[in-house]
Amino acid sequence: MKMQMVPRVIAKLLIPFILLFALYVQFHGDFGPGGGFQAGVILAAAVIFYGLIYGLPLARRAVPDSLLEVLIAAGVLIYGGVGVIGMLLGGNFLDYFVLDSDPVHGQHRGIFWVEVGVAVTVSSVMLKIFYMFADRANLEDEDVTDETGGGT
Amino acid sequence: MSIGQTIGANLPALQVVTPLLAAPLVLLLRSPRLAYAVTLAASFASLAIAIALWQQVATMGPISYAMGSWPPPWGIEYRVDRLSAFVLLLVSLMAAVVVPYSRTSIAREIPADSHTLYYVMFLLCLAGLLGITITGDAFNIFVFLEVSSLSTYVLIAFGRDRRALVASYQYLIMGSIGATFIVIGIGLLYLMTGTLNLVDMAGRLAAGGTSRPVLAALAFLTVGISLKLALFPLHQWLPNAYTHAPSAVTAFLAATATKVSVYVLIRFYFTVFGESLVFHKLPLPQIMLWLSLLAMFAANAVAISQNNLKRLFAYSSVAQIGYITLGLSFDSVNGLTASIVHLFNHGLAKGAIFLLIGGLVIGIAKPGAVPPAPTFDRLAGLARRMPLTSFGIVLGGLSLIGVPGTAGFITKWYLILAAMESGQWWLVAAILLSSLLAVAYVWRFVEVAYFRAPPAGQEERCEAPLTMLIPAWLLLAATFWFGLDTSLTVGTATEIAQQLVRGQ
Amino acid sequence: MSGFGSHFSYAVTVFLMIAGLFIVMARGNLIKKLVGLSVFQTSVYLLYIAPGKLIGGTAPIVASGYQIYSNPLPHVLILTAIVVGVATLALGLALAVRIREAYGTIEEDEILERDVAS
Repeated sequence: MKMQMVPRVIAKLLIPFILLFALYVQFHGDFGPGGGFQAGVILAAAVIFYGLIYGLPLARRAVPDSLLEVLIAAGVLIYGGVGVIGMLLGGNFLDYFVLDSDPVHGQHRGIFWVEVGVAVTVSSVMLKIFYMFADRANLEDEDVTDETGGGT
Repeated sequence: MSIGQTIGANLPALQVVTPLLAAPLVLLLRSPRLAYAVTLAASFASLAIAIALWQQVATMGPISYAMGSWPPPWGIEYRVDRLSAFVLLLVSLMAAVVVPYSRTSIAREIPADSHTLYYVMFLLCLAGLLGITITGDAFNIFVFLEVSSLSTYVLIAFGRDRRALVASYQYLIMGSIGATFIVIGIGLLYLMTGTLNLVDMAGRLAAGGTSRPVLAALAFLTVGISLKLALFPLHQWLPNAYTHAPSAVTAFLAATATKVSVYVLIRFYFTVFGESLVFHKLPLPQIMLWLSLLAMFAANAVAISQNNLKRLFAYSSVAQIGYITLGLSFDSVNGLTASIVHLFNHGLAKGAIFLLIGGLVIGIAKPGAVPPAPTFDRLAGLARRMPLTSFGIVLGGLSLIGVPGTAGFITKWYLILAAMESGQWWLVAAILLSSLLAVAYVWRFVEVAYFRAPPAGQEERCEAPLTMLIPAWLLLAATFWFGLDTSLTVGTATEIAQQLVRGQ
Repeated sequence: MSGFGSHFSYAVTVFLMIAGLFIVMARGNLIKKLVGLSVFQTSVYLLYIAPGKLIGGTAPIVASGYQIYSNPLPHVLILTAIVVGVATLALGLALAVRIREAYGTIEEDEILERDVAS
């Protein structure tokens, strides 16, 4: 793909909008269709798109593996942390009512952070899956030549 | 509220949340040493919580916990009664025994860079199994089932043999089909009742009568759960998975995973559908009776001819599950007591045996090498080289046979009582005969380990490390303890069985 | 609507279910099996979501002038099931990749042959 001008330019134009759309889906999740999972997937798709067009090394430089592993764990901990805070404030696990003096506002606050946790974990897991498979593909290319080509 | 009160009020949630949140924490810490420490702490914490819940339920009756303070049946309810507290105790006890053991075991069996991942997966598996047991919400069962299954597939794939990959893949296919069947069943029930809360669902099913979708749901759930609990002939995934998984994983799975599936089956049969539909209007007891008998005889017979000790005991597990489902098929207090007790007793005995086999393969391995498969030609004269391990396996085998004084005897006793109650005397003979088959495969080990000379040049002692022997012998001691003092196991199981059978 | 029309979604569900299961059982290629498994799981998504939609019903947000709402719960449940499906598929494919590296094939019969041979 390195020599293809059109995809490279289009990718550069599109990626900011994909990222923006991910943020819209994330934060508009309270009022319309959307939420952390969808936003996370779109976010990951933007980076995967970048990786496909500009190559894996550049994508890795933008979002390194070590960061992903931290994010995968951090997202789950954010989600669980909201639950634990609810417990510490005197409610049950994942109780959003106690997060604010106004229960409705508490629900907003709770779901906001939970969705942040979901988005962080989902996007990093999706990206991690992509990286892992893409890595293997490179290895495969080298040793496929001395075999029958994979098919039967 | 003080921290103590907070913990006390949220025990049902903490039971699942502790291992669930320890998993990402372990992933963040990365260092295998810290990972081990956190895993150990989390598994002991969940054992403590399980014991506390057990006591609360014993004194105050069933606990209902509303997730996020949304009252059931609208929100997700965690519900602990005697039966689920019993299974929680078994699962967390096995985790607390296996974690200290696995540190030494995986040091030899799993590459060093995967140790952290092993602990993460172990914690997720534990959280999933505990979640299935504690939740009172049908869809939540499916979610936790998949949490535990997916982590189990990874744990099995850690095995060093390349066949572990294929075993894991096969289990993934079979397990996903089973889980999808379960979710179809739950979906049909949801369509018919409009609720996902198990207790609410039971009430509405009782009021609404049986329609065809409800029967279809029963069928889907039965097949799906049977796949998960490896009921003969849906057991095909089990022998390979147990044989090729790392020893610690095999021990944990053999003692817990299929047992939790049995719990789900009991839950759906007795709590949701109700006895009268399952056992009186449909020929389900007969089908289950025959499949159980087939499992007891066919799987035991296949076990005798195995050349790999791990595979031998894997087939024995299939047979032992036959005893559990046989107890279910009687639809009597004694039968159900036998099933519930056997969950626990078989978990202890099989867990101990697989733990000992894990020590055994390390003992017979060359220093620094990956432990080999425990095939019989490598085990000749083992009793002289590893007396404690060999003797332990024989003792565990005695419990599988059902020798008086072991926990296994208690189960067989109640099974025979149930068979006599129902007037099926030939079944008594069948149960005894199948035990003879168990004698045969345990004898194969005795013969090789005790009556053959060790190969030349390999006479030196090579006992397994103490960190592996102590957990295994603890379980063995428990096997004998519960064979003599049955107040905890049988007492509870009878109470549960009476509630379940007569409660409807 | 009556007859086949009102049961159309169930017919599609059952077709996908059986087609998926058939692929899992009949194909020996590990990737094709996973495709079958995905089709099988997809049928469940439809089983849950289709009955949740009421014809003429609106989004479940309370507003004046609307009496009939679609049921949002199946969507939430199935979102979870989709996540599970994605995870299963990713894990299955990862295993297939590693099996390919260990055996040099992803055909089930060839893997069995190579295990017997070794």
